[in-house]
Amino acid sequence: MTTVETEAPTLQKGAAMGQSVPRKEDGRLVQGQGVFFDDIKRHGMGFLHFVRSPYAHAKIESIDVSAAHELPGVYGTLTGDEVAILTDPFFQIAAPPGGHVKDYALAVGKVRYIGEPVVAVVAQTRELARDAAELVTVEYEPLEVVVDARKALQEGAPVLHEECGGNMSYTGVWEWGDVDAAFAEADHIVSIKELHFDRFNSTPLECDGALVEYNRGTGQWTMYTNNQFPGFAAIMMGPALRVGLDKLRIVTQDIGGGFGNKITTHPQLVVCCLLARKLKRPIQWTEWRTEFHQSMSHGNERWFEDTEVAVKADGTLLGFRTKAIDDAGAYLRYEPLGGVIWSQVAPGMYKWRHLRVEFTQAMTNKAPCSPNRGYSRMQQLWFTERVIDIVAHELGFDPVEIRKRNYVQPEDMPYETPNGCVYDSGDYPRALEMALELVGADRIEERRAEAASRGKLLGLGIGSTLDSGTNNFGQSQLVNPDLQFSGNNEVATVKLDIFGEVVVTLGTTPQGQGHETTAAQVVADTIGCDVDSVHVRAGHDSYWNSHAGFSGTYASQFAVTGLGAVKGAADMLAGQMKQLAAMVFQCAPDDIELAEGFARIKGNPEAALPFMALGAIVNANNAGFPDDPPTLNCRYVYRPPFQVPDKERKFGNLTLTYSMQIHACVVEVDPETGVTEVVDYAAVDDCGTRINPQIVEGQVMGATAHAIGAALWETFAYDEDGNLLTPNFYDYHVPHALDMPPLKTAAIESPSPFTPLGTKGMGEGGGGGIHCICAGIQDALRAAGGAIVTDSHNPYHRVWELIAHPERSRENVEVRSK
Amino acid sequence: MATTPTTSRTISVEINGTTYEREVPASRLLVHFLRDDLDLTGTHVGCDTGSCGACTVQLDGAAVKSCCMLAVQADGASLRTVEGLAGEDGELSALQQAFHTHHGLQCGYCTPGMLMSATALLERNPHPSEDEVKLALQGNICRCTGYWNIVEAVVAAGEGGAQ
Repeated sequence: MTTVETEAPTLQKGAAMGQSVPRKEDGRLVQGQGVFFDDIKRHGMGFLHFVRSPYAHAKIESIDVSAAHELPGVYGTLTGDEVAILTDPFFQIAAPPGGHVKDYALAVGKVRYIGEPVVAVVAQTRELARDAAELVTVEYEPLEVVVDARKALQEGAPVLHEECGGNMSYTGVWEWGDVDAAFAEADHIVSIKELHFDRFNSTPLECDGALVEYNRGTGQWTMYTNNQFPGFAAIMMGPALRVGLDKLRIVTQDIGGGFGNKITTHPQLVVCCLLARKLKRPIQWTEWRTEFHQSMSHGNERWFEDTEVAVKADGTLLGFRTKAIDDAGAYLRYEPLGGVIWSQVAPGMYKWRHLRVEFTQAMTNKAPCSPNRGYSRMQQLWFTERVIDIVAHELGFDPVEIRKRNYVQPEDMPYETPNGCVYDSGDYPRALEMALELVGADRIEERRAEAASRGKLLGLGIGSTLDSGTNNFGQSQLVNPDLQFSGNNEVATVKLDIFGEVVVTLGTTPQGQGHETTAAQVVADTIGCDVDSVHVRAGHDSYWNSHAGFSGTYASQFAVTGLGAVKGAADMLAGQMKQLAAMVFQCAPDDIELAEGFARIKGNPEAALPFMALGAIVNANNAGFPDDPPTLNCRYVYRPPFQVPDKERKFGNLTLTYSMQIHACVVEVDPETGVTEVVDYAAVDDCGTRINPQIVEGQVMGATAHAIGAALWETFAYDEDGNLLTPNFYDYHVPHALDMPPLKTAAIESPSPFTPLGTKGMGEGGGGGIHCICAGIQDALRAAGGAIVTDSHNPYHRVWELIAHPERSRENVEVRSK
Repeated sequence: MATTPTTSRTISVEINGTTYEREVPASRLLVHFLRDDLDLTGTHVGCDTGSCGACTVQLDGAAVKSCCMLAVQADGASLRTVEGLAGEDGELSALQQAFHTHHGLQCGYCTPGMLMSATALLERNPHPSEDEVKLALQGNICRCTGYWNIVEAVVAAGEGGAQ
């Protein structure tokens, strides 16, 4: 891995920070000693299985659970009718019309997608629960189905939620700069009729689930679960269950991947809560793979219609206008936040100042959408990258040169985008150079000829992408001005215990990101001990007092909010330890230094107290201490410096940091079959100061694999009746070891000027691999009819179509020059 | 009509050196027998279709997917699960150590299955090439790492221990 530092780090890297410290989590995980939710057992627990809708759209005529109840070993059931009595519909983020959606934990009166939970059955074993579910009889009256967002918005389309008066959940015009003037000034106007970003998700290997207990005496539920955003789950669940949030204890330890897909499990958790109370026993729910694919957290599918791009003769991009249609699926679990989150990266990495997006979100008879690695920004970044490559293709510009000309430049940093977002730091042109070098782009024509001699089409693709991290939740007010959310926060506690143990708790819910390790690195350097001496509790627990409203792990922010909180709490503890040592030694706190597990007087190594002595004084031996000793138990809430955005202008800083990645690939397409093989691949990452370079690189690799999968193999394809055609890993092909291309990585460190450690949130990757593979295929196809790539998903049959009928894709594009 | 398990059978299996005798319902999968009945929760479940390999264990030395077998089919067999990889003194195997050193895991959910498939590979081919490792792991899905570090770790373990 090549590492280049562009600027002096803002942080004095210590013994631990900046090092690839092997992960503290690994010891238990490589021995099968991790504790995932499904590993937790309780005496007398009942296993829950859902009866799910076989129809994409139907009225529920009747439900009969009597036969299930008669099966020995069945503990009970829950139906939508009971849910409608016992709970209130979930709070909706949307303003009307989407705000009128009535979303319950089970289907009430109607089903709206195949796989929607209708009845829950609980039994003594997993097998019995599944058998009993088959004994439940549900009669449906099928209704007309709509699975295409464009059709769902048309007059006369079947309506999913009658109370909304149609299928539109959100619409808004987002316009900045002077778009008309930009088009008047343009020498070329490139039109693109339609672009489509496909539906997929990151499919974590562990499905959703929970073990839920109810304490009748206190009215409190404890949920051992893998929900990755407990702050959001609690806000959704409390009002629905008509209880305060103190009644909801959410506990996580090890989580088998999340990628955003485990944010919206609140409906199923409510079902578990109701059943734990009703049946007076712990409830165990583990989702099956097919259920996960059919019903959970698909990534937002998006269409871009009637795009126009204003370009100067020299290749300067002035602006664009487009109409985005977002497909949210059947319910708005986290939506319509996708309707604003794209605007964190509205211009991509480019300096065009005049942008207009008419954004409309539709509901369809498909699984609900919710966050997925690169949530909503990935679609917008793919759009900007596709536009750049199509413009270059049509006007004869070099894709490298047009990028370099239009990138935000390092001297522009911090750069305010047309909509008021602030790109904090970075050197995009340099990263592009590095990526191109790593894939051997200078020899590309030679390699193209060599591939042609073997009958293959070779192409070079670039994917420039941003990983905007640390949400300003104030942006939610841009889609619903009445929402009372803004800013962000995260919490950590650091304490020194009786035998000198340094103990850290976090509000986060790591799913493989190594929080225990990086938090320990920060604490170790801050209080002067080694990483092994810092004990970071694994996971989240609402009873630890180390969480706030936005606690969780999502939206690329741990390195900022999580470590910001850890650093704050560790600084507090360091101050208290110095204060206490100064009391003992009768000196000033400034005379004390913390190092190697001791508090000692500077320049006098003899006068040294081990951490154990400090912990013991405060916790066990404090009588007669002259002054109030400090508590050595420090809690810190990190709050990023955000303002509420301007709702009228849809203007403001929506994200604190902008990690950047440039991906480059070389692909070979077989014109006989349309099969694409990625033969070279490079990812250059800049996420500011890296606390643990190995963990950062691991995140880059993972995001790259997801993107390659989405570009070539992974799709949630539906037929016209709303059947998901890819409901398991047999039909939904995720990359296997043999599918992966050789990968080269490199890093630049441009510290963020806005964060406590110079770090930037990272890990989502912004779909860089999708962008660059689309570009690579289009480049390869130049020699075979010059087709335009208009879809984010390009399986062999689509590529074959592009080769066989290049004119069909070319009809999508038109150039008007003055 | 539901298939209520009306029969059960007593089976005896040796797992990681310990012999277990249990009565199990005919419909219980081996993976659920390990996890639910014996509390050997290191073996995981990631799919319904035998595609992901998170449940991989060694059965009489061969790597098998324990979600694709009924528990009664394992009667009389000798099994090894991820809990049986480290030495009795808790010392990690060279492969486990290599996963740690090479950052071959993130969430850790696929890891037990990966380790079991790779252990079986290293037993029959102590020094596998990169391509041989990829081939041996093609039945194991990882959604976090992109496989690069996993392959690197297995190759390194085959070169005589963690690098």
